[in-house]
Amino acid sequence: MNFLISGTHINPVYLIVIGFIVGICGGFFGVGGSFLAGPALFAFGVPMNFVVGTDLAHIVGKSIVAAKKHRTLGNVDIKLGLIMAAATIIGVETGAQIIQQLKRHNNVDVVVAIAFVIVLIGISSFIAWECWQTLKMGKKTSVTKGKPKRDHSAIAYIAKNFQRFHLPPMISLPSSGIKQISLWTILVVSYIGGVFSGFLGGGAGYIRMPAMVYILGVPTHIAVGTDLFEVMISASYGTFTHALKGNVDILIALVMHTGAAIGAQIGATLTQYFHGVRIRLAFVPLPLLGAGLIIYSLLTGHHFK
Amino acid sequence: MAGRSKKSASLGSFLVELAVYAVFVFAYFFLVLHFLGGWLKHVFDQNKTLYAFVALGLIITQGVGLEMLTTGLLRVIRSRER
Repeated sequence: MNFLISGTHINPVYLIVIGFIVGICGGFFGVGGSFLAGPALFAFGVPMNFVVGTDLAHIVGKSIVAAKKHRTLGNVDIKLGLIMAAATIIGVETGAQIIQQLKRHNNVDVVVAIAFVIVLIGISSFIAWECWQTLKMGKKTSVTKGKPKRDHSAIAYIAKNFQRFHLPPMISLPSSGIKQISLWTILVVSYIGGVFSGFLGGGAGYIRMPAMVYILGVPTHIAVGTDLFEVMISASYGTFTHALKGNVDILIALVMHTGAAIGAQIGATLTQYFHGVRIRLAFVPLPLLGAGLIIYSLLTGHHFK
Repeated sequence: MAGRSKKSASLGSFLVELAVYAVFVFAYFFLVLHFLGGWLKHVFDQNKTLYAFVALGLIITQGVGLEMLTTGLLRVIRSRER
C-alpha cells in the first residue's frame, strides 16, 4: 500500500503487527515503544525524519489508552507528570530543530540512525548491569495484597544523592514517596528526555523511565504510569511541531495505532503480575532488537516491505 | 475438568471478541485510507498548519475511540466469564 505523504510503500499488516507489539511494550514497560517502532519503520523504508515525526504521532494515540489504564490502577503521579511535561516540551522543540538542521544538510538518515543505535545499546547495557547488581544483592521485591509495591535497586543510592541536592525551590512528591527534591533535577531530567523525544521520535521513555527510577527515585510502577501520562502531553506537542515541519505521515501512525490500542490494554494489565527488577530485566533485549534492525538497514540498504 | 472447560470457553470468547475487534479495525482503517488518503496529502502539500491540527485531532480521536471500543469489548468478555 502506498503512503503518499512520506512516499513509501508498506504492507499495512506489518504496521498493525508492529503497533500491537509496541502497544504491549508501552503498557507494560511505560515506554512508548519507539526503540522498536522507530527502527521498524526505518527498516520498512520510511525516511528518518518521517520515522521521528510519525512515531511521535502514533505515541499520542497509544499513550492516551495506556495512561488512562495506569491512572485507574493508581500508578500516575499527576504533579510530577505536569512538571515534567513542561520541561519535556521545550526539549522536544530542541530535538525537532536539530532534525530540521540535519534535513537541510541531507544527512538526517545516517546521523539519527547512528545516534539511535548508540542510545539503544547504551540503555540496554546499563539496565542489564543494574539488574544484575540488584539480583546479586539478593534483595527480593514483594507484592502483597493491600500493601504498596516495594521496589529495590542496587543503585538506589544515586537517587538518594540527587534528593540531597539542595537547589531551591525544593518540592515534595507524596504520590511517589519523595519527601524533598530540587525542582531543577526534575526539569533537567525532563528536558534531556524531551530532546531525545524530538530528535529520535517516540516518547523517549527508554531514557526518561530509567532516569525517573535511578535519578529521581520514583518507584518503578509509578514511573511507568507517570511517564505515560507525561508522554501523552509532550508527544502531542511533538506531533504538532513535527507536522508543521512536514515530518509526520499521519496515515502510517493511524494504521500502527489500531494494533497498539489492544496491545496497550494487555501490557498495562501485565504490570500487576511483575514487579520492579523483573520489569527492568524483561526490558533489556528490546532496545538491542531495535539497534539490530537499524544496523541491518544501514549496512545492507535493504528494507522489509 | 470443569476448570479446563471454563478456561477454553473464556479463550473462545476472547478469540471471538478479538475477531470482532479485528473486523472493526480493518473496516475502519480501509475507510480512513480510502477516504482520507488523498485529502490528507492535499492538505499536507497546501497548508502545513491545518495538516498539523488535523493530524493531532485524528490520532487523539482514534486513541479515545479505540480505547472505548477495547474497554467495551473487554467488559463483555469479563461479564461472559462470570
